[in-house]
Amino acid sequence: MARDTGPGRGPSRRGLLTGATGAAALPLVAAGARKPEPRHAPPEGSPHMDITLSVNGRDHRLSLDPRTTLLDALRERLDLTGSKKGCDHGQCGACTVHLDGRRVLACLTLAASVQGRQVTTIEGLARDGGLHPMQAAFIEHDAFQCGYCTPGQIMSAVACVQEGHARTDAAIGEYMSGNLCRCAAYPKIVAAVRDAAARMERA
Amino acid sequence: MRPFRYEHAADRAQALTFAGAADSQYLAGGTTLIDLMKLDVIRPGTLVDINALAREHGEIAVEGDHLRLGALVRMADAAEHPAVRRDFPVIAQSLELAASPQIRNMASLGGNVLQRTRCTYFRDTSWAACNKRNPGSGCAALAGVNRKLAVLGVSDRCIANYPGDFAVALAALGATVDVEGPAGRRVIAFEDLHRLPGDTPHIETSLKPGELITGFSIPSGPWTRRSLFLKIRDRQSYEFALASAAVALDLEGGTVRAARIGLGGVAAKPWRAHDAEAGLQGRRLDEAAARSAAEAAFAGARAHGQNAFRIELGKRTVVRALLEAGRLEA
Repeated sequence: MARDTGPGRGPSRRGLLTGATGAAALPLVAAGARKPEPRHAPPEGSPHMDITLSVNGRDHRLSLDPRTTLLDALRERLDLTGSKKGCDHGQCGACTVHLDGRRVLACLTLAASVQGRQVTTIEGLARDGGLHPMQAAFIEHDAFQCGYCTPGQIMSAVACVQEGHARTDAAIGEYMSGNLCRCAAYPKIVAAVRDAAARMERA
Repeated sequence: MRPFRYEHAADRAQALTFAGAADSQYLAGGTTLIDLMKLDVIRPGTLVDINALAREHGEIAVEGDHLRLGALVRMADAAEHPAVRRDFPVIAQSLELAASPQIRNMASLGGNVLQRTRCTYFRDTSWAACNKRNPGSGCAALAGVNRKLAVLGVSDRCIANYPGDFAVALAALGATVDVEGPAGRRVIAFEDLHRLPGDTPHIETSLKPGELITGFSIPSGPWTRRSLFLKIRDRQSYEFALASAAVALDLEGGTVRAARIGLGGVAAKPWRAHDAEAGLQGRRLDEAAARSAAEAAFAGARAHGQNAFRIELGKRTVVRALLEAGRLEA
């Protein structure tokens, strides 16, 4: 059991991005540069709770403020930043994860309320070193532009197929309506889901 | 979000005990509660997590001539249930046309009927005037952005609409609500669960402090199979109703033996159109009869500027729902 640790696969994409941005900005702000706040500082107020989060098959012991959402626990404590914070109010679907195999919104779920349940994020979807058929289909169909909604789209799409709601384009449209794409890649998302559904059903 | 104490209730007895704390709120799916806590609209001192009560109150069952739905049943599970789809189509449709698949997987039926209005002035605390959020402060919506707010059951203190769908079907079908509280168990007619705003729009339901909805009972009748939910909205999916109608009909030949009509989106609470139902009884169901029912349903409507179009939209929704239900094979 890991305590307060991330996936431990070396530097994260987010870490590199943060570092690169800092380096680029350095000449401009060097004079006024301040030491960044420690990222894992707990918020003040509520007594902390010790909980165990089971994510992508691994248990993590965490001491959390009860206000912590599952989304913030994944991103800020476990460095699983694939699940995205879009609206943070349950309106966009960018934070979609699976809870015991069902798609839910991590931004409206308290981390404390999912103890004993299995959380799967976009980082846990690939198997045996290969992409999940849905991930592969999104790439083949170019089903995104900026990519910010994509992890949520893919998690939602995998569940959509498993629920049996991806048999027609109309059904895909209806049952993917909880995932917004501001780039409006919808036609290609529908094509990717339809294609992946066929592959998942053959597998 | 403000700090709170989090309590996990293992069973109903424990939930009721925890809920004795001041400013406590029950937490099930959290799709309304966590949202409104982030917006600082709801500020509970204690959250009582009742998700473990799904063991006691998570059943869908047809018992005799009643459909029983436990309060911890998730919206998606009730919508997919074969008996619900076959015998109570208006209930299945009201659920599957609501929210998004993710939210339907999370939201409990008990919490769903208690969802709060989407009125912008209620949800945005930067507006001082909201009698529902801040009693006595006034209502910014009366002369404000009120396109989506209510025309039925409103008062001069509040024109917030009840936003949900499932509750409209429950109102139409004459459901009852099982409630457990510190003083024991009681059964409430669903129509009496929500209150009209009147002079106290901040008091939205007849639930007493600490009371918990444990389930719903829906009587079946010769009308429940010939039923549907029609939802009119700004976008085709994942959107609240501008107007909705839950309709159930018992027909003999083309004549109405009994009608049940609920209205959503347009009213301050889940609305049952009793006058419209009575006017249809014994009449041949044609467009003229449907139109006069719609006129009766909206006879008491009051508009406030932007939302005036929803009176006619609501009437047309009733007409179309009645005529479509009349054509169903049942």
